[in-house]
Amino acid sequence: MTPALVDVQGLVKHFPGERGLLGLGRPRAVVRAVDDVSFAIAPGQTLGLVGESGCGKSTVGRAILRLIEPDAGRVTIDGQDVVALGARALRALRRRMQIVFQDPYGSLNPRMTVHQMLAEPLAIHRIARGPDAERRIAALLDEVGLDPSFAQSYAHELSGGQRQRVGIARALSVEPHFLVLDEPVSALDVSVQAQVLNLLADLQQRRRLTYLFIAHDLAVVKHIADHVAVMYLGRIVERAPAPALYAGPRHPYTTSLLSAVPVPDPKAQRQRIVLTGDVPSPAHPPPGCPFHPRCPHPKKDTRCRTEPPALREVAPGQVAACHFAEQPL
Amino acid sequence: MTEPLLRVRDLKTYFVTEHGSGTARAVDGVSFEVQPGETLGLVGESGCGKTVTSLSILRLIPEPPGHIRPGSFIEFEGRNLLTLEPRELRAIRGNQIAMIFQEPMTSLNPVFTVGDQIAEAAIVHQRLSRRAARTRAIEMLRLVGIPDPQERVDHYPHQMSGGMRQRVMIAMALVCHPKLLIADEPTTALDVTIQAQILELLDRLQADLGMAVMLITHDLGVVAGSADRVVVMYAGQVVEQAPTPALFARPLHPYTEGLLASVPRLDAPPAREHGRLHGIPGQVPAATAWPDGCRFHPRCPYAWDRCRAEAPPLLDAGGGGEPGTHTVRCWLLTDPRRRTPHP
Repeated sequence: MTPALVDVQGLVKHFPGERGLLGLGRPRAVVRAVDDVSFAIAPGQTLGLVGESGCGKSTVGRAILRLIEPDAGRVTIDGQDVVALGARALRALRRRMQIVFQDPYGSLNPRMTVHQMLAEPLAIHRIARGPDAERRIAALLDEVGLDPSFAQSYAHELSGGQRQRVGIARALSVEPHFLVLDEPVSALDVSVQAQVLNLLADLQQRRRLTYLFIAHDLAVVKHIADHVAVMYLGRIVERAPAPALYAGPRHPYTTSLLSAVPVPDPKAQRQRIVLTGDVPSPAHPPPGCPFHPRCPHPKKDTRCRTEPPALREVAPGQVAACHFAEQPL
Repeated sequence: MTEPLLRVRDLKTYFVTEHGSGTARAVDGVSFEVQPGETLGLVGESGCGKTVTSLSILRLIPEPPGHIRPGSFIEFEGRNLLTLEPRELRAIRGNQIAMIFQEPMTSLNPVFTVGDQIAEAAIVHQRLSRRAARTRAIEMLRLVGIPDPQERVDHYPHQMSGGMRQRVMIAMALVCHPKLLIADEPTTALDVTIQAQILELLDRLQADLGMAVMLITHDLGVVAGSADRVVVMYAGQVVEQAPTPALFARPLHPYTEGLLASVPRLDAPPAREHGRLHGIPGQVPAATAWPDGCRFHPRCPYAWDRCRAEAPPLLDAGGGGEPGTHTVRCWLLTDPRRRTPHP
């Protein structure tokens, strides 16, 4: 096996509880946004990181790029220890790792043209200027399927799908090896979603990119990921090669997420598991298994309420954190 | 057949654009009906006119720049909503026809408690006392499945999660027991798990309260499980309408076919094994310049000369049932041999 391009071990990020108004009052409990998360991604592969809002998946994406500082853990990208790097070395490594955000409305500068947005990273990293930069910008637009005339457009003149293409072009401009894709298609219409997913797949092949694909929809992830990790309340609860996870989920949370995906077939009589309630606050995670208050597993017992299940291998390459992983739903 | 609850005929809602680039024909001759108690799915991409259609029904189109053209006709229980006096309209809006919006964050008022916001419609329309309206608000919160309604009634929107806020929106809409609920992308901003909860809630409430629902969405996966009939819109027009089972078994308009193929499916092999996901190439054109002929022809894999030259009318697709059960705006119906396997 080739060594992993991205290797994350024991990543932790806690946010201090905020005090009340004016900084008075007792500080609230610490929010354990990411708690002991580990995974690796081989070069040219995609890991899908899946979970509901607030589960910590975006925090993982940002912490491994050090857009926010992790509290503990080791992150190795391209053989370099990201957490230990000084500011200067980190800036240099930023060329190798980039991020595409969910919201194509909020992540583009409304006062810059597409051309300026693509020229800026080229200048900052001293990659190209003048005619060389012009050539690269034209090639980037072409690569993401945008007409060269878009170079002079502002973000508000573009549709959601076009903005997301600009976001992707901007990330690619510095020729990264690794991309964090944070819900890149969640805000798009289904028809445009398919276009952008196809584009991401093409780019990955052509440039041999490695992806961390963050999403809440397992159906979208199925079409792009080699491996899938499912997060709940800051922890990975199941991780497996994609075919194994979709064919035989072992954690009841994974099963519930799968069953929540709408199927475009009115005849499909699915046994739907509708999870009750919301995700509990990560400041006050339930004792025992954090999923137990919402868990639909019929065997759920006192052990689930008291003893946190460890993440353990339940099939070759498949790990799950459930006391009943041998008797999946 | 029973008398429809809502009948929309040849609705045209146009907008005058700022920079003199012409008139945006956002909704351009739309007709459909909603029967009492049924769920109608209204499906299409952003920019196809779904939301303008629903805002027109409630006469919430800002004038100017928008206006509903003469000759348009929106009949609710036999009364033309377009000719009602503002007073008569207010008695229907929020009372007999209610609407929920996509953004539960921005459609709730941040400075009032959710209880006050739910109670408001009951006070205005049903002249309930403040105390009775508060009791009603608590009942509504319980009905939409919010735990501890007695306590939650005094909370502000920012104290709630996205899914809970959407439940509050539903409670607000249903407080007067409307006959028609218009739900505009009610689950688009939500996680799939919460989406499943909200769709199930709408199904249950509809069965309990016997109301009709117009479910507006861009995702055919969402309507498959909930709608009795589906109307597909493209470029300001209805391009296909059919009972849900027929539409999914036999999508006849190439646009419907493309929308259906774009939904990422769990029950299909992953796209990376056999190439790629199907999308619809290009995007919805601008409403100021709909293409000539069939408005879908620039994106259509089957288009031929006739499609570029001549706009197709809604044609009857037959397929059992009364005439008009399944209609399609496509020339392929006159020349089915041209429907070659999807390229």
